[in-house]
Amino acid sequence: MKKVKIYVTLRESILDPQGSAVKGSLTQIGYEEVQDLRIGKYLELTIGDTDRDIDTIVKEMCEKVLTNVVIEDYRFEIEEAN
Amino acid sequence: MKFAVIVFPGSNCDIDMYHAIKDELGEEVEYVWHTETDLSQFDGVLIPGGFSYGDYLRCGAMANQSNIMAEVKKAAAAGKPVLGVCNGFQILTEAGLLPGALLRNRDLKFMCRTVQLKVENNNTLFTNHYEEGQVINIPIAHGEGNYYCDEETLAKLQANNQIVFTYSGDNPNGSLEDIAGIVNEQGNVLGMMPHPERAVDELVGGADGLELFKSIVKQWRENHVNN
Repeated sequence: MKKVKIYVTLRESILDPQGSAVKGSLTQIGYEEVQDLRIGKYLELTIGDTDRDIDTIVKEMCEKVLTNVVIEDYRFEIEEAN
Repeated sequence: MKFAVIVFPGSNCDIDMYHAIKDELGEEVEYVWHTETDLSQFDGVLIPGGFSYGDYLRCGAMANQSNIMAEVKKAAAAGKPVLGVCNGFQILTEAGLLPGALLRNRDLKFMCRTVQLKVENNNTLFTNHYEEGQVINIPIAHGEGNYYCDEETLAKLQANNQIVFTYSGDNPNGSLEDIAGIVNEQGNVLGMMPHPERAVDELVGGADGLELFKSIVKQWRENHVNN
């Protein structure tokens, strides 16, 4: 069994008004060193034993359903699940 | 002319769409549940607004995985008129039937009011009842209607006259180039954020949206009925 951790964020070229607002409040309460803040999504998949290549199927799932590549970037990590 | 109104779990403008076709236009219309696998008996497809699958993951993402979407793609490829309004527009972009995507509104607020739309292109099967440049009043109700596409796609949309409606004056959601509605390259798939089906009777505040549905029927009759 594997645990797959997927991180999704809006692409760099796209404004993240939610992230900018949160960054604004961090600045306001004294964390001026914060340069940028982007809010994204975190997905965790548990994948059972399979003959298929995990890397390939996770990439497929990300591009078909889990993310919209027009507006989002993603990366993932695959770990052994207990 | 016979229309299909596609219904997903969470669709909530399906009844308005049905009413517009049946009672205001007097054409045939049927609800089609998202698990269905055949649209061949219909001449036009309407994807209504709402919150299909509760907007889980992304607006339209889950709806795009439904059985019926393969049929909607077939209908679009066959040149049948396909109209997606609001959540319907989001589903059409997720399905790749229209380019770009709809982001959260610039001010992060759900906007619900009547806006002015400019008809940028009246030379489509959806807009032949309007004048070019005509300003019409149509309600909006969305939280994610901020149209986005990359520069290359925008240049294509402009070169092919695919931008059909823009917000006139005030842009409620921050969309690129004030875009409110676009068609595909072939011109038979229209996605728009404003709700023409909510503006089909003067009794409830205006009938500017009715002309859009009349346009579809007019074009269809010209193509299919020999007098």
